[in-house]
Amino acid sequence: MNAVNAAGWRPSMGGVGEAGGVPPTSSGDYGLMLEEPLSFELGAEGKCGVDFDAADRAPAAGLSKFLRKAPPALPGLTEPEAVRHYTRLSRQNYAIDLGPFPLGSCTMKHNPRLNESMARLPGFADVHPLQPQTSVEGALEVIEQLADWLITLTGMASVAMSPKAGAHGELCGLLCIRAALDARGEERDVVLVPESAHGTNPATAAFAGFKVQSIPATPEGRVDLEALKAKLGPNVAGVMITNPNTCGLFEPDLKRIADAVHAAGGYVYCDGANFNAIVGKVRPGDLGVDAMHINLHKTFSTPHGGGGPGAGPVVLSEALAPFAPLPFVTRGADGTIHLVEEENRGEGHAQAFGRMVAFHGQMGMFTRALTYILSHGADGLRQVAEDAVLNANYVLRTCEDVLPAPFAKSGPCMHEALFSDAGLADGISTLDIAKGLIDEGFHPMTVYFPLVVKGAMLVEPTETESKAGLDRFIASLRSLAERAKAGDQSLHSAPHFAPRRRLDETLAARKPVLVWKGDAGEPAAS
Amino acid sequence: MRYLPLTPADRTEMLARVGADSVDDLFVDVPEEARLSGPIEGLPMHASEMAVERHMTALAAKNLSAGSAPFFLGAGAYRHHVPASVDHLIQRGEFLTAYTPYQPEIAQGTLQVLFEFQTQVARLFGTDIANASMYDGSTACWEAILMAARVTRKGKAVLSGGLHPHYGEVVRTMARFTRDEIVSLGTELAAEPDDAAVIGAIDDATSCVVVQYPDVLGRIPDLAAIAEAAHARGALLVAVVTEPVALGLIEAPGALGADIVVGEGQSLGVGLQFGGPYLGLFGCREKFVRQMPGRLCGETVDAEGKRGFVLTLSTREQHIRREKATSNICTNSGLCALAFSIHLTLLGGEGLAQLAALNHARARAAFERLTRIPGVELLNSVYFNEATLILPRDAREVVQELAGRKVLGGVSLGRLFPVADGLGKGLLVAVTETTTDEDIETFATELESLLVGVPA
Repeated sequence: MNAVNAAGWRPSMGGVGEAGGVPPTSSGDYGLMLEEPLSFELGAEGKCGVDFDAADRAPAAGLSKFLRKAPPALPGLTEPEAVRHYTRLSRQNYAIDLGPFPLGSCTMKHNPRLNESMARLPGFADVHPLQPQTSVEGALEVIEQLADWLITLTGMASVAMSPKAGAHGELCGLLCIRAALDARGEERDVVLVPESAHGTNPATAAFAGFKVQSIPATPEGRVDLEALKAKLGPNVAGVMITNPNTCGLFEPDLKRIADAVHAAGGYVYCDGANFNAIVGKVRPGDLGVDAMHINLHKTFSTPHGGGGPGAGPVVLSEALAPFAPLPFVTRGADGTIHLVEEENRGEGHAQAFGRMVAFHGQMGMFTRALTYILSHGADGLRQVAEDAVLNANYVLRTCEDVLPAPFAKSGPCMHEALFSDAGLADGISTLDIAKGLIDEGFHPMTVYFPLVVKGAMLVEPTETESKAGLDRFIASLRSLAERAKAGDQSLHSAPHFAPRRRLDETLAARKPVLVWKGDAGEPAAS
Repeated sequence: MRYLPLTPADRTEMLARVGADSVDDLFVDVPEEARLSGPIEGLPMHASEMAVERHMTALAAKNLSAGSAPFFLGAGAYRHHVPASVDHLIQRGEFLTAYTPYQPEIAQGTLQVLFEFQTQVARLFGTDIANASMYDGSTACWEAILMAARVTRKGKAVLSGGLHPHYGEVVRTMARFTRDEIVSLGTELAAEPDDAAVIGAIDDATSCVVVQYPDVLGRIPDLAAIAEAAHARGALLVAVVTEPVALGLIEAPGALGADIVVGEGQSLGVGLQFGGPYLGLFGCREKFVRQMPGRLCGETVDAEGKRGFVLTLSTREQHIRREKATSNICTNSGLCALAFSIHLTLLGGEGLAQLAALNHARARAAFERLTRIPGVELLNSVYFNEATLILPRDAREVVQELAGRKVLGGVSLGRLFPVADGLGKGLLVAVTETTTDEDIETFATELESLLVGVPA
């Protein structure tokens, strides 16, 4: 079944040994460059890293026909083996804790450790979502306080806290729009999405049952207002706009766009992935936005964790607020906090469009985000946006002479600087620059996105990089650009110094191997 | 500000380099009338670590944590002991502060973990394959229904009355917008699960039946019989597991014929956290792989022939396929998947079986004691670690009164099913390895004193 791994795990020669002309080691490891087998190749059936009390009662007789015949075929590890396995694996990852992680539109900023310790207080981490309300008043207060501050920071009327990530928040916003249209008795089935949008926007619109129509960009990298107006009509439910947009630019026409959309009976969804650039500087509510998700794992620094979890609360305008999903936490006129669920939705939430998650959303992210906001305060958040934008402009202006910056003449960028691979030597592309950055000790920028720019490279340094750190990154990026222009073919084989060389993604997709089957054919454990 | 490395001198120098007189020049594209002139009103100013800690600790202290009281809540979120090493390992910065592994050469740690996780989930569920996680059990459940519709090209899903009501609510909410047809069977206080009703509701238009195992009242449906009936009409069986520890004791749904198995992985490694972040698990038959939602990690080789891992089959996903993607999911529950995977690696199959046996034994001890209270009956004699008690009066009030006595005594069916009739006296009680004899005795004594008036 598994041609790649027919012989099981076997370390082969590492790059260091070859590059240094040193003979390969016997172990396959090279000093601190450590290979690590799969847990399945290390562990043994019956081995266990947890001690238990003995079960003092046998399974009830009625359960006998449901019992499994043998334990799941999952080898175990003792604690020392497990700690070593995961620690060795961790060292094969790049992370913000190791250096800049300038992935455009991902906002990889430092994750304050205070947030981690606060989220782990037993009063937050060890409470059940269905405990009686009287026993979780502090938890509800966290949700309410964070909600209140998100409303303040965005100038909106309300916020739905339960969506679990950005794309889930987009879905929440679009379902609010659907519910509002239903309430008006209108069947509008088209959502307009700019060409430069993140892929989740069209995917979400389709997921919510809308048809997607694309809006072109101007040569300056902004939404084409006239083209958008031409598409408005009685079938248009709304538009999804990212602001600042994925080219790293603020959409100065957003208010005019919103006015036109509202005049045509539609709603404005704003993708808030890039809110970090403007937090504390401008409120989306003042620009005519009806709904916007906020990635707490971007602007408010909850850790990305190798792909999640995130959180995607959605701020809503007066027009959409009544449709926010349940459960919902509100503060009454007397200051007391109420949890509104299906049974008491009559308390101002009769029009709620339904429920998006089993419980209350990402509480663990709420505590971290609230801690972050408390630490920064109104003054610190404003400084966050200013430093994030300054850092990005610094990268833009210090590299635009060696890397084409397609919108550099459009004025300052916001929190991310966009470059293209036009003008590199034949055969050398964005991918080669990205992989070259790995050899330089940096995580690459976002590549080939937005799609509207050829060979796009989107650099988002964030505000938590020092000037000295940025200067080192810029020196590496400039050096790579020079090498790429000079046709340095060694870039094709980069990275040379990572735990792995370029990986064969075509092979992975053609013959998908998604689970380990190295023990297939062996007799089942008794 | 302790998190912002730029000094005033840096800012001045950098502004000069970018050709701006002041930072405001960088915000010229923001319409002037919308620009805020100073720190936003309504928020406090920045605060020291000590001050923030004080504020948050005070909020946390207002909650009664599960570990500080006899605790018997379940209903889709279970309190288990998580080995100390799990939280230490997931807090390694290389895991905690990494992004989605889009650059595989420097993300092999995360990718190998995902490959191991997928293998663990598939083996636990008895499915061929599994994905790299979803948001939670409820959203995974909806994604499974959508996937079943793509696979069968039919659009009617039948939900068992034993499905967690919040999962059902998520499904009905989403289906209203996608216009998929959902048949929701009622929930009744019966000792046996509603297998017959589920089988009776399957017709040729049915894409899938959705059956929770064990179900929300703690009963255990006969998945094999339901799978056979579903397959006979060209429908799929979607099994939903909200307590994965159960699969250490009872047969894996995939082995019983389930085509798609989804679940909530919170029980292993993740903790209660007031409902999130949790961990959506998703496994299915290999032949459905191109219809799956979510990220998949696959094995491959690098340019030197060394084994390595990459995200794969991304042509299903939103960043490639856009409006034609199988799902809009992007960020998932990566770090929770890591915690789950570490916990399960520490347990191994045998350890999971021991843990499950211990949970069941503790539950037997609890229900033996609780049913000695006059007027308290056990609805279902077949259960894993959670079952429904029938009380002589409304369980919502009892739960409230117990909380007043610092006992977290289960989830009332009235809270779970606010609009259903006839369930009000039902109390769902979960028992795990963390439940001590003393907890059981305190709970029983307080419950008895509330119900029968015996002084505690």
